[in-house]
Amino acid sequence: MEHYLSLFVRSIFIENMALAFFLGMCTFIAISKKVEAAIGLGIAVIVVLAITVPLNYLVYSNLLADGALAWAGYPEVDLSFLGLITFIGIIAAAVQIMEMVLDKYMPALYNALGVFLPLITVNCAIMGAVLFMVERDYDMAESTVFAVGSGVGWALAITALAGIREKLKYSDIPHGLQGLGITFITVGLMSLGFMSFGGIDL
Amino acid sequence: MKIKELLFSPVLTNNPIGLQILGICSALAVTSSLKVTLVMCIALTVVTAFSNLFVSLVRNQIPNSVRIIAQMTIIASLVIVVDQVLKAYAFEISKQLSVFVGLIITNCIVMGRAEAFAMKNPPGASFLDGIGNGFGYSAMLIVLAVIRELFGSGKLMGYEILPLVTDGGWYVPNGLLLLPPSAFFLIGLIIWAMRTYDKKQVEVAEFKICPNTVKEA
Repeated sequence: MEHYLSLFVRSIFIENMALAFFLGMCTFIAISKKVEAAIGLGIAVIVVLAITVPLNYLVYSNLLADGALAWAGYPEVDLSFLGLITFIGIIAAAVQIMEMVLDKYMPALYNALGVFLPLITVNCAIMGAVLFMVERDYDMAESTVFAVGSGVGWALAITALAGIREKLKYSDIPHGLQGLGITFITVGLMSLGFMSFGGIDL
Repeated sequence: MKIKELLFSPVLTNNPIGLQILGICSALAVTSSLKVTLVMCIALTVVTAFSNLFVSLVRNQIPNSVRIIAQMTIIASLVIVVDQVLKAYAFEISKQLSVFVGLIITNCIVMGRAEAFAMKNPPGASFLDGIGNGFGYSAMLIVLAVIRELFGSGKLMGYEILPLVTDGGWYVPNGLLLLPPSAFFLIGLIIWAMRTYDKKQVEVAEFKICPNTVKEA
């Protein structure tokens, strides 16, 4: 249990997807002007991560990994080079299915997430989490915990940035820094702040 | 459009990172060492150029509703090829790049150029546009990597340039430059410099600050 808790905290704060690995930066910068939109996107990212990472784990460990096809009588087959294309396909399909399910059963949430859902397919945070899961050899439970943790971390970071930017728009910023420039510097300072969690180990 | 314009306008005037806010994702993480950055830049330029070429070749055959998935398949296949080549010929560097080669798939530059340029233009021009945007991206990353590696560890490509204090030299390395936050600061400053050079790129502020009105006593 402690192991999972430690993994969870580490993926939220220390190895924050956005601030330590620069993942999901495009949407992170583009959709952080309003806190409401940022929260919506954050929740969508948590949900999609929590579904796709374990799903990809199952597919990878049962079909693609070296020797994974032993149950079908092909122990010497290694399909891991197909990983990238499979993962992106699964992510796209999962997002599409989720969109349809939400539209039918939870229209309120669907409307709240709106345009963000399809955008998430190309969000590097999702693909990044899947690839980290493969690289670090997480098992089923670990990859679920890791997925939720990094989703929460990403959501936390984008909400905080949106809050700062909402305040920042009333400030007197040098012309050249207006908009993108000052946003990057703000993110840098946030990243510095998150680094102070670095030594924490549960 | 002229070849020169296709190749060089993305480097300065229409930089994919500085202006179009594309592809900042993933790749910043690799800029703490110049060698790794160069490999990443080559990989990305190759993928962008060829994905533009192939998307442009089939642009009249793909129905509009499935174009995203078709582009995605082309890009993912190219990235797999690059990944396998790197694993075969530059295993050490591919280990350092770790997941970031795979993340070229979701790099918005590749997808963005395929969607915005290659779907509307002939293959030759698209190929050049891909190379141009690859260059624009590389220029930004290489500048970052040079600053971070030179001042962060006193080396370039692993060769010592500034002798470190610990080895009897005079340079005290700035450790912050090797950490993630410095990449954000540097990009912010580079964008500032680029926008001071080219005033057209400056964003309009949402609010104007009133000039101070001091009452004369």
